[in-house]
Amino acid sequence: MKSKINKRHKFPVKGENSKWYLRLFVAGQTQKAIKAFNNLKFICEEKLSGQYRIEVIDLLKNPQLARDNQIVAIPTLIRNNPLPTKNIIGDLSDKECVLVGLDLTEHNSTLYM
Amino acid sequence: MKKTKTPFKRNTLPKSPTSIQGLDEITGGGLPKGRPTLVCGSAGCGKTLFAMEFLVRGAMKYNEPGVFVSFEESESELIANVASLGFDLPGMIADKKMWLEHVHVEKSEISQSGEYDLEGLFIRIHHAIESIKAKRVVLDTIESLFSGLPNPLILRAELRRLLHWLKRKGVTTIITAERGNGAFTREGLEEYVSDCVILLDHRVSDQSSIRRLRIVKYRGSTHGTNEYPFLIDEDGFSVLPVTSLGLNYSSSRERISTGISRLDTMLSGKGYFRGSTVLVSGTAGTGKTSIASQFIEAACKRGERVLFFTYEESPAQLVRNMCSIGINLEPWVNKGLLHFHAVRPTLYGLETHLTTSIKLINEFKPAIVILDPINAFVIGDNQVEVKAMLLRLVDFLKLKKITAFFTSLTSAGDNMEMSDVYVSSLIDTWLLLRDIEVGGERNRGLYVLKSRGMEHSNQIREFKLTNRGIELVDVYVGADGVLTGSARLSQETKDKAEQLLRKQEIVRKQYGIERKREAMQANILLLRSEFEAEESEALKVIGIEKARIERFTQDAAIMAKSRRGDTNIKQTAKVKKI
Repeated sequence: MKSKINKRHKFPVKGENSKWYLRLFVAGQTQKAIKAFNNLKFICEEKLSGQYRIEVIDLLKNPQLARDNQIVAIPTLIRNNPLPTKNIIGDLSDKECVLVGLDLTEHNSTLYM
Repeated sequence: MKKTKTPFKRNTLPKSPTSIQGLDEITGGGLPKGRPTLVCGSAGCGKTLFAMEFLVRGAMKYNEPGVFVSFEESESELIANVASLGFDLPGMIADKKMWLEHVHVEKSEISQSGEYDLEGLFIRIHHAIESIKAKRVVLDTIESLFSGLPNPLILRAELRRLLHWLKRKGVTTIITAERGNGAFTREGLEEYVSDCVILLDHRVSDQSSIRRLRIVKYRGSTHGTNEYPFLIDEDGFSVLPVTSLGLNYSSSRERISTGISRLDTMLSGKGYFRGSTVLVSGTAGTGKTSIASQFIEAACKRGERVLFFTYEESPAQLVRNMCSIGINLEPWVNKGLLHFHAVRPTLYGLETHLTTSIKLINEFKPAIVILDPINAFVIGDNQVEVKAMLLRLVDFLKLKKITAFFTSLTSAGDNMEMSDVYVSSLIDTWLLLRDIEVGGERNRGLYVLKSRGMEHSNQIREFKLTNRGIELVDVYVGADGVLTGSARLSQETKDKAEQLLRKQEIVRKQYGIERKREAMQANILLLRSEFEAEESEALKVIGIEKARIERFTQDAAIMAKSRRGDTNIKQTAKVKKI
């Protein structure tokens, strides 16, 4: 089972931290953006220590990326890897929701470790 | 410095012309410039097209680039959808006149954790506007965000902020929304967009669809408040307000023959006015289409083009039937002077009929347009709509100086002069065909009910369909009333016999007088000869007497001489006296 999923989601892996590739879209250094980043960092450290990479993208600097990634709400967290892509909007203050959204509940989290 | 008081200037609200046919007339110039307008309606009523046309025409005509933010259709879908209307979106995008932004929100892919805002959407719209310096923005069904994103409270606040933000940016915005139950929109967007609300409606009545547009509100401007029919066809969106056409067409004094010489005579000898509207109404089988065909033939002989809308007969059938009265339309069809457009009235709604008609007329450029019959459109109780449609068609035709020829079937027993579609006010020349039922026969009568601007006959003519075309015959008006058909014929023969009799009588009388004169002259001769005979007799007697007297005198003288007396002479004289 495990190997099957891994095979299906074969992904060009570059660098050891890129197994979990998360992108956080924000618009400027707003309170909400900072809060979201801190919440995300906290969850990742707890669950995915050493296996993740967070990229914060400021859409004010790269507005084109909003179109490319279909961003409507801010902040938006996109899980690019592993697939399937998952979107979570909001300041990530509801930890339980983030874990469900990222498939990091106890049942699934072991799958990728 | 003296300050002069300037009079108050009536400033109208700045408007953004839509260039959508007819809409600018209703709105008095277009949508409110720099403000949002809500366009709402149920599914399939043309909201997206309305919005797209606003952008495309704005970019092409007024050099106002536009951003189309689509929440439902992708860019490629949009391009394909409007390509059929002749809008070249890829070309416009390349010219930086248009920006398509597909905002895709998929509920299944999104989960929420904590508070969010729509800054991403703001950034995207801002980026789009800045990229092409857009003046117009369309948000096509922004309400679909409600189904894609959680927490409607946040969304509501954010949408309100978005609209204020767009207003501050000074872009003219159209927001489309699906019509909700009882309200204009499902999510109550009309609360936020308070400047202009346009309602599109697509309803089906009596199995045919009618599209309508109504301006619910327009802050700071007067506007037409009626429901206006509109159309969507291959040229896009067009609103057809009756009021968009004023009564200011010029009128021709040229006259054209009706094709029936005696009918021309009835219309002061010259026929219809060019560009006028002619109605022939009558009960079934009175020859309405025949009169039309005769008119067509005359027009085609003059080399004019005729467009024939037939709603009941197929062209082939019509051509065949007209051959029976000696009118062959086929050569004109082959020459391209006559074009038939045969459709069932129920094929599509009135508005579509109107536009297809107008489009065909624009393409074919006829001098004469025939509609046979107009009351085929009347299905159920849509007479008001039919009248409105015909009114717009007549206005259009008058503007183009095209002679319109309508036929109308009146049902027997109705008031004949009350035409079925109440179009009498539109009609310039109205011919009425009617049955005259006398002596177990049905005959056709024709008269001119009205003919504006010309002297016309007040007489009923009997109308005959012969194999040489239509003939108009004087009806018999005599002591026995108006007679037609064989009653007229028998009355005419009776009259002829009577006349003959009278003539014979005169001849007889003349002969008698002649004979009397001859008799008289013979009498005169007889009398004269009698007289002459008597006269000669009398003269003879007189002569004899005279001679006798002479002789007596002579005898007396001789006697006296012989007696040698002279006194006896007197005696002789005395004797003579005795």
